[in-house]
Amino acid sequence: MNDNQSKIKNKIRVLVAKPGLDGHDRGAKVVAQALRDGGMEVIYTGIRQTPDMIAEAALQEDVDVVGLSILSGAHLTLIPKIMARLQDNGLTDVLVVVGGIIPPEDIPILQQAGVSAVFGPGTSTQDIIKFIQDNVKQS
Amino acid sequence: MTQLDLILQRNRRALARQISQLEDEPLEAREILRQLYPYTGRAYVIGLTGAPGTGKSTLVNALAKAYRALAKSIAIISVDPTSPFSGGAILGDRIRLNDLAGDPNIFMRSMATRGNLGGLARATADVVKLFDAAGFEVIIIETVGVGQAEVEIVSLAHSVVVVEAPGLGDEVQAIKAGLLEIADIFVVNKADREGVPRTVAALEMMLQANLNRAARVIQSANGLSHLLPSVEQNSIAPWQPPICQTIATTSTGIDTLLSALIAHQTYQQLHGLRHQRERHRLIYEMEQLLKEQLWTNFMSQVPPAQLHDLVTQVTTRQLDPYTAVERLTFRP
Repeated sequence: MNDNQSKIKNKIRVLVAKPGLDGHDRGAKVVAQALRDGGMEVIYTGIRQTPDMIAEAALQEDVDVVGLSILSGAHLTLIPKIMARLQDNGLTDVLVVVGGIIPPEDIPILQQAGVSAVFGPGTSTQDIIKFIQDNVKQS
Repeated sequence: MTQLDLILQRNRRALARQISQLEDEPLEAREILRQLYPYTGRAYVIGLTGAPGTGKSTLVNALAKAYRALAKSIAIISVDPTSPFSGGAILGDRIRLNDLAGDPNIFMRSMATRGNLGGLARATADVVKLFDAAGFEVIIIETVGVGQAEVEIVSLAHSVVVVEAPGLGDEVQAIKAGLLEIADIFVVNKADREGVPRTVAALEMMLQANLNRAARVIQSANGLSHLLPSVEQNSIAPWQPPICQTIATTSTGIDTLLSALIAHQTYQQLHGLRHQRERHRLIYEMEQLLKEQLWTNFMSQVPPAQLHDLVTQVTTRQLDPYTAVERLTFRP
């Protein structure tokens, strides 16, 4: 066990959700399984989630991380809405990460909106786990 | 405002954070449980259990909708297994809950078993207390997909629904001890599939043979209940578990299930059985707490050197494990 893991006392809880209308959930499922194998509790909500549903699930499940998978190209519309709903629910210290097809020029816009990391195609799941472990804020 | 006030006012953020503390820091959470306890004992607790893939989550969703139509507030606890290898878990029961999103009178929480056997998480009973104190009228617990021995739900729920699906087992499965014995109500879900009459017939046969069942309480061999005067057994007609056929995906048959639950609730209240069940449940809970406490006290007193020594002796066959434990527990 490395230093970082021993610092984390509690289980990391992650919400994995697919906002919007595209139904390609294979990537989200692969990531969900990888996070499980990384020792995290993954609440998997499936496809076609509205920003309200995602923010409500994040609230009720008291997650440390929200992972969003978007392949539809609607990220610039959906993600700021989700960030706003999370804020409304008082979830200001939740780590938000995004995966999927995001053009490089959009990444700074998402980061501006509060997204901590964007993982494109080809990202190793180990890198995602490591990023979450290093950046999660647990109270 | 105190955490207790927030919980009693059903503040969603406070409830969610409190559940995490119940799961992560059970000792620190004792104080709030002490404060909450006087407010508990009001909710009606339903347990849904059954093999994986029988449609429990979908049924919970349909049932929650039916109770919402009766203007009841509902809390749902869904338990899924923790991987014994990584310690992680996939909690996938919210997928089926999409129809209920945005309703402020529903609160759902997914829990991982975190190594607890018996079909529930260690903290599930405490989360029930929390929801109860917060004023949720109906609490639905969905156990992990269970086999035959995970019957912990009996000690927690007022009504236990065992969910079956056609084609899962033959008649012999139906007469084994365990899961089927704990049912107050049976559901044969996926009733649009082949093999329904066979499954229903097998359950009916088992129930016929089971007419003289006593109150279903988990019997621990040397439990606290042996120290208490035995409660007089009511000479009332025993409850006959009905068999409901449902197709949860289309909410077909849910009204029948709802009627069966209300009938069971009424039956228990009419005959004072709810009180009796509550008493058994609390004896069981006190027993668990006592064991935990005694264990903690004991372990804090064992000198590691002595333990190490005894284990070595047992390993090298100089000593048998029975004598070793006797020496460990004997304090001059």
